[in-house]
Amino acid sequence: MKKYRKEPQENVAFYNNPEKRAIIYQILALAAIFIFTYFILNNMFTNIEKRGINTGFDFLSSEAGFGILQSLIEYDESNSHGKVFIVGLLNTLLVSAIGIFFASIIGLLIGIGRLSKNFMVSKLCMIYVETFRNIPILLQILFWYNVVLASLPNPRQSFSYFDSIFLNNRGLYIPKPILESGFIAVIIAFILGLIACAYLVKWAKTKHDETGEEFPVVWTSLAILIVAPTLVFFVSGTPATLEYAELKGFNFKGGWTLIPELLALAFALSIYTATYIAEAVRAGIEAVPKGQKEAAHALGLKDHIILKKVVLPQALRVIIPPVINQYLNLTKNSSLATAIGYPELVTIFAGTSLNQVGQAIEIILMTMAVYLTISIVISLIMNYANEKMKIKER
Amino acid sequence: MATFESKQARPAPRNTKGITHWLRENLFSDITSSILTILSFVLLYLTIPPLLDWMIFDATWTGTKEEITKDGARWIFIFEKFNQFIYGFYPEDQYYRPNLVLFIFLLYIYGFKKINNTLVRAFIVLSFPVISVVLLYGGFGLEIIPTTKWGGLLLTIVVAAVGIIVSFPIGILFALGRQSKMPIIKTISIMYIEFIRGVPLITLLFMSSVILPLFFPENMDFDKLLRALIGITLFQAAYIAEVIRGGLQAIPKGQYEAADSIGLTYWQTMGLIILPQALKISIPNIVGSFISLFKDTTLVLIIGLFDVLAMVTLTSTDPKWLGFETEGYVFVTLIYWVICFSMSKYAKSLEEKFNTDHR
Repeated sequence: MKKYRKEPQENVAFYNNPEKRAIIYQILALAAIFIFTYFILNNMFTNIEKRGINTGFDFLSSEAGFGILQSLIEYDESNSHGKVFIVGLLNTLLVSAIGIFFASIIGLLIGIGRLSKNFMVSKLCMIYVETFRNIPILLQILFWYNVVLASLPNPRQSFSYFDSIFLNNRGLYIPKPILESGFIAVIIAFILGLIACAYLVKWAKTKHDETGEEFPVVWTSLAILIVAPTLVFFVSGTPATLEYAELKGFNFKGGWTLIPELLALAFALSIYTATYIAEAVRAGIEAVPKGQKEAAHALGLKDHIILKKVVLPQALRVIIPPVINQYLNLTKNSSLATAIGYPELVTIFAGTSLNQVGQAIEIILMTMAVYLTISIVISLIMNYANEKMKIKER
Repeated sequence: MATFESKQARPAPRNTKGITHWLRENLFSDITSSILTILSFVLLYLTIPPLLDWMIFDATWTGTKEEITKDGARWIFIFEKFNQFIYGFYPEDQYYRPNLVLFIFLLYIYGFKKINNTLVRAFIVLSFPVISVVLLYGGFGLEIIPTTKWGGLLLTIVVAAVGIIVSFPIGILFALGRQSKMPIIKTISIMYIEFIRGVPLITLLFMSSVILPLFFPENMDFDKLLRALIGITLFQAAYIAEVIRGGLQAIPKGQYEAADSIGLTYWQTMGLIILPQALKISIPNIVGSFISLFKDTTLVLIIGLFDVLAMVTLTSTDPKWLGFETEGYVFVTLIYWVICFSMSKYAKSLEEKFNTDHR
């Protein structure tokens, strides 16, 4: 008969003692990892020496010598590979931010739409989700880039909206605000507005706690944030103008240009990720027990109050973690830009720079480190938020 | 004292059956709903007829390239390049080999349910990979077809299948490792899983295609496809591990305690009691993970392998058939959509089948 686990007998052989055995297993695992690491590092150094590959991070300060389609900061060919890294990183963040913004809006609308009582609306939303979720994101990126955007007219026949926004096969052209020195006043007004809103929220909460009266915080805050800066803007003599894109020669000049690569990538990422966000929103709302709504009805609350005070606060707890995960996935998927040449981190740093300096190990590790950092930061924030939002049970 | 007063008869209740009732309930329940319904119909009217015209009514199905005159889809391109989409550059006289692999696979699936002998079952499971590799690659008298000739849907399926099969046991080990009480094993597992899940698949593919050869002695020759498979498997194992961990966490503590109390060892407990239940709970999520992997196989085109999506780009640069990307993309979209959609419906049905929740 076997002995009870928790009290091993003294005379039992060490390999039958679970605690001692655990230590042996762990030592073996560590040893295996050390041997494996030694093996690959050893090979690596031999190979590097044989092939005459440079090592170290000196290449970051050497001249890149290639142009980049689009950069958020000043960049030209004489800049270093280190600068290429920064440009790529900023472009990754740019397309991720645009993607996250639109994916959230589309996802929210479609997710709520799927729960609609209207037959047509819920079915159309379902078709949207089932269609785009089941097509690889890379295929969607290539489709938008090679088929849809490539079939847009040339600059001379551009689609034009209000004579200020133009769309053609070279990209989307939107007016660019030119800020003058007086614009600082508008920014100050906006910041003051934000502070006022913070106080308003606090005041409304105290009032609600004491008297039970509701104050329309959201609408008032919105009004403050829009009206105050607008007033200051006109009072200080409109210290900003718009620079419109104009057709000069064969292409548009001036304004802001969104290159087709960015458009295709942002489109595909938003449309694809929105399907997952929509499912998360739907699951979150469905997870609120029916009894909660019924109880709120029984108390005589109005529908929009029930949504705002009963359903959403509970649904959000379920919705937010998977949605943040989708934001992370979207950011990681932005690396597929390399298939169409949008100049983000993987395309220009792990692509062009790597081809020029050939230091694969450093470059790939740096690229991975960027994504890893983003992942870890986001998951830390999420864990913190989860902890804060947890229903406090006694 | 109250006197009897007859009340006016109430109107008959509204019809609660039939098409008018359904329309009023589901399409025109109030003004907002009615507007949305009308907008939906407008949207359908604007998209469906042109799409059908392009795909079916105006499409060119047969003939030669010169005969194309209409505005619709030119499906003759798909028929012309069909073999390349499916087999890549695999020699035409050897097509029977991948076909045979598929046939054996279906036969085994069919036979597997009928056989109750564990040994025969194990033989089936273990022999299939060997048979497939020999048939696809060659050897034992068969002509050798190097993996550079593999392509199209064949390559897509090879990558997905290897990724799914090989990553599974590795994933289970990492899931168990993450749940382990041994701190070093646990740390190693967590580091592996979080590292892989934190980076995009494309960087892992780059790593396995550019850095991996540096890690091994020069005489060790790594096939390009093999490198991609290593990257994909490492990636998938981390995701499978997390899915299975979810299943492990759902197993009540009493199950472990019961196994302990009858004196089972760790591997007996896991193999006979915990894992069978955990895997059963995880099946829907495992299928979900397979779907993601199947979609992600398209990424191998970025490191220069010609999967079915890459074949579209390649065939549409054929000078004789320039500019047929649209048809190619639509065709590949249909392939992926049908496979992924059926898998996700299957996962859904499994979820319902395994729902033993009696609450």
